[in-house]
Amino acid sequence: MSDSESANFVPEHPAVTDWVNDFDHTDPTWTEDPFPIWEELRAASPVVHTERFLGCYMPTTYQAVKEIAYDTEHFSSRRVIVRDVRPDITARAPPITSDPPEHKPAKQVLLPPFTPDAMKKLEPRVRAICNELIDEFIADGRCDAAARYTKHIPVRAIAHMLGIPEKDGDLFIKWIHQILELGIKDDNQLMSGVREMTGYFMAHLEQRKLEPGDDLISTLMQAKGPDGRPLSDEHVLGSLRLLLIAGIDTTWSALGSSLWHLAKTPADRERLLAEPALIPTAIEEFLRAYSPVTMAREVMKETTISGCPVKSGNMVLLSFPAANRDPAMFPDADKVVIDRKENRHAAFGLGIHRCVGSNLARMEMTVAIEEWLKRIPDFRLDPASKVTWSEGTVRGPRQLPMLFGKNTSKNA
Amino acid sequence: MSKLKIRVDQDKCQGHARCKSLAPELFELDDYGNAHEIGDGSVPDGLEDKAWLAQTNCPEIAIEVTEE
Repeated sequence: MSDSESANFVPEHPAVTDWVNDFDHTDPTWTEDPFPIWEELRAASPVVHTERFLGCYMPTTYQAVKEIAYDTEHFSSRRVIVRDVRPDITARAPPITSDPPEHKPAKQVLLPPFTPDAMKKLEPRVRAICNELIDEFIADGRCDAAARYTKHIPVRAIAHMLGIPEKDGDLFIKWIHQILELGIKDDNQLMSGVREMTGYFMAHLEQRKLEPGDDLISTLMQAKGPDGRPLSDEHVLGSLRLLLIAGIDTTWSALGSSLWHLAKTPADRERLLAEPALIPTAIEEFLRAYSPVTMAREVMKETTISGCPVKSGNMVLLSFPAANRDPAMFPDADKVVIDRKENRHAAFGLGIHRCVGSNLARMEMTVAIEEWLKRIPDFRLDPASKVTWSEGTVRGPRQLPMLFGKNTSKNA
Repeated sequence: MSKLKIRVDQDKCQGHARCKSLAPELFELDDYGNAHEIGDGSVPDGLEDKAWLAQTNCPEIAIEVTEE
């Protein structure tokens, strides 16, 4: 665990008392319930600033988020997580950390394996994974849905696509926790996660050099870069890092929030049971209302966003989740309307960095909700236990205790 | 009723594929998952609502619907 090159720097984060001028997306209040905070920030300004994280802006409206997402001239993607420190950039993960002109060719390589048609081929395996998981706990009449269900579906699906053992999932989850959560405040955790992950994938690369397969790792290794030559090992490793990091706790979170909503909203649950064809529409609304992913940009050149001056040297907390709660864009933005007709939500980003795995996430969510509702039509939050939420960049339930069956107690 | 015509602006489309999911009769995806109107973009009778639905759900506002 020691890393001589980076200091073990875990600064204190004083509790926030002035959200408008001193926001902190790692504050426990934000983690627990960010929605009233975003409303307060949005009422104050389309762009707010904090001195924390070595200086960071946050656009609070859909419009301001969109302006920044589309502006690759003033805002770089080279750092995509707002952290306490800004060490030299070593572990790139193209294309998410790429700017134009490098971005497009790096993304083109990843797009064909993730089209809706490609996802249709993966769907039977995902359906089987969901049922294997449910088999493990359904007889108990209860489960922690975040630990036993929503966590494992994206891990096993991406492992299946990459051609690596699904049982290695626990390792992936550990690295992701180190990189996305602990890494915000502790550089050692981040470096350790990245290093272990790189070593793991390097071994898989070496194996496929001897014996190529038809999995996604092999596809990347056979892909040609813009110069017509194969991608470097470093590029392939970076993209694999991205697929693992971006493909797991994001969908874990979105799926967990969806089940959390259905557990506490019997009317919506009953409607989806009666009208399963509405599930994809409901999922778009869950993605809007409980968008898991907040990205980041780094200001490269001074500019103005929604009339607010933005200075270089600062980071930007690019909150797609806050954009998706903007009442100027979505009527009844704070209500979950499972048959919402018009829904241009930005849960998967806007502009060139649109999530490459959006079709995968949508398929996983649809299948996971369909299979859960088929097997466990009645469920509710366990009043004796607590729902906990992840901190920082990706928000979703990390503990989601549920009871199955009709609620027979009178006062619950 | 006037006829509708749709067009996907290739400079704006980022491959969210919402249109294909909502109106598969009107849109197709290429090998990279980017959307294109099927044929010359003429909307057959009865599919007008689907054309508008796709238009109002595109996050990039990449779909143009015009009345001929």
